[in-house]
Amino acid sequence: MRTKQLFIVASALMVSPALLFGAGTISGKVTYTGTPAKQKAIDMSKEPSCAKQHTTPVTTETVVTGPNNVLENVVVYISAGAPDESTAPTQAVTFTQKGCQYLPHVLAMRTGQELKVVNDDQTSHNIHPLAKVNREWNKSQPPGTPPLNEKFDKEEFISVKCNVHPWMHGFFAVLKTSHYSVSGENGGFSLPNLPPGKYTVTAWQEDYGTQTQDVTITGNETKTVDFSFKAKPY
Amino acid sequence: MGRLFAIVVTVIALASAVPIITHHWFWSDISFAPPEDISTHGHAIDDQLSDTMVEAGLSFLAAQILLGLFVWKSAERKSTDAIKTFPGGARIMVIAALVLVGTEILALGVLGQKAWANVYFKPAAPDALQIQTQAGQFAFYFRYPGADGKFGTPHPDKIDEGNSNFFGLDPANDVESRDDIVTGELAIPVDREVHLMMHSKDVGHSFYVRELRIQQDFVPGLDLSVHFTATKVGKYEIVCTQLCGLGHYNMKAYLNVLSQADFDAWMKQKASEQ
Repeated sequence: MRTKQLFIVASALMVSPALLFGAGTISGKVTYTGTPAKQKAIDMSKEPSCAKQHTTPVTTETVVTGPNNVLENVVVYISAGAPDESTAPTQAVTFTQKGCQYLPHVLAMRTGQELKVVNDDQTSHNIHPLAKVNREWNKSQPPGTPPLNEKFDKEEFISVKCNVHPWMHGFFAVLKTSHYSVSGENGGFSLPNLPPGKYTVTAWQEDYGTQTQDVTITGNETKTVDFSFKAKPY
Repeated sequence: MGRLFAIVVTVIALASAVPIITHHWFWSDISFAPPEDISTHGHAIDDQLSDTMVEAGLSFLAAQILLGLFVWKSAERKSTDAIKTFPGGARIMVIAALVLVGTEILALGVLGQKAWANVYFKPAAPDALQIQTQAGQFAFYFRYPGADGKFGTPHPDKIDEGNSNFFGLDPANDVESRDDIVTGELAIPVDREVHLMMHSKDVGHSFYVRELRIQQDFVPGLDLSVHFTATKVGKYEIVCTQLCGLGHYNMKAYLNVLSQADFDAWMKQKASEQ
C-alpha cells in the first residue's frame, strides 16, 4: 500500500514538476521591420512531375512573412534555464518531400528524437543535411521507398539540401530542450509548462540570425515576449 | 567450299554496306533519319555525316569485294601449287594503303571544316543574344543580362542554391546584377543568333540538343562558348551527356524556341519573378 502511494508521488514528480510548482508560459509574436528581400520564383521545369503539382508559382522560403509584418518559420526555444531532460520524446518527427519542396521548411526536433524522412514524389530525391557538429549524411531515396529513419545527437541548426534538385532547401533545428516552438502563419509562438525560474529565450531565423531575451517565470503565469528582426533588402 | 565462303563474304558485305551507302537518298523518312534539324548550321553537319557514311560504306564494300574476289580465285588452288606474292612485296601495298587512307581522312577533314569551323572559328555576331549558361550537379541554369544589358559579376563564394542564387550574384553591392534574370529553362527567340557563354560550377558536364546539332562539353575552369540560330518554334530537350555523378540521368533542361513576341512576354514574366 505504502509502496503504491510512494510510486504515485514519484511518478507525479517525474512526469510533471509543473503540477507541483505551477506552470508558466512564455508566448509572443515574431515580427520584422524594414523591407524583406523579394523571394525568388523557383523554376522546376526540369522536373515536370513536380512542376505540375503546383498551380501557383513556388518561391524560395528564406524569409516567409504574413500580414502585419509577422515572420514565419522562426524557431523560438529556451536556450538556458530549462530543466535537464534526459530522454527524447518517443514520437518521431516527419520531414516530407513533396512537389520538390520540403514540408515543413523548418523542422524542429529534440536531440536523439527519431526523424522520419518521407518521399511523396514520383522522382528520386537525395537528402543531404549539411551537418557540421553532427555526423553529415547523404542518402538517396527513390520514389516508393519506405521512409528513412535518422536522428541527431547534438544541438545544431542544419541546412538541408537535395543533391538532385538544387533549389530544394530546408532546415533541421536540433535542440537540447523540448521547450521550443516554430512561429506559424500569425507569427505566434508559445512555450508552455515552464516551472518557475530564470530563462533565456532565443529566436532563430535562417537568414536574420538569432536574438535572445531573458525572462523570469514566478508562478502560474503567462509572460509575453516579442521578437523583432531587422529585414535585409537583399 | 572456298567459293562458298567468297559468296558469303560478298553477300554479308553487300547487305551491310548498301543500307549505309543509300541511307541518305532512300531512307531519310524512316527510322534511320536523324532528328529534325532546327538550326541554320545543322544541315552542314548532317551532310558531312552522310558523306562520311557513304564514303566509309563504299570503302568497306570495295575491300570486302576484293577479299571475296581473291578467295574465289584461290579457292581451287592445290597444296602443291606455288604461292604467289604481290609484285614488289608488301612495302608497296603498305605505302599504297597509307596514301589511300591518308587521302580519305584528309579529304573528309577538308570537306568537314566548313561544318565545324562555322560554329567554332567564326565568332558570334556582336548583336547576338548573350546568355550565360551554367552547369552544376544536376541542373542547368541560364542568366540573361536584364534591362541594362549587362551581367552582374558572379562570385563563387556567394553561390547559395537554397536561396536560388545559383550564379553567386551580389545584388546588395553590385547594381548590374540586380536586374539579371536567372531561369532553369533556356528560352530564345526564333531566327536570332544566340551566344551561350558556358561554365561549369563543379565537374565536367555537357550541353547537348540534338535538334540543334550542338554538343559542347563544360570543362571546370574554362569559359567556353557556342553560338547558333534556331529556325523553328518549339520545345526541345537539353541533356547532359557527360557522366557527372549520381543525378546525371536526371540532369536536363528545356530549350524553348519562341516567336519574338512570345519571347518578350516570357522575359517580362521572368523579370517579375526575380
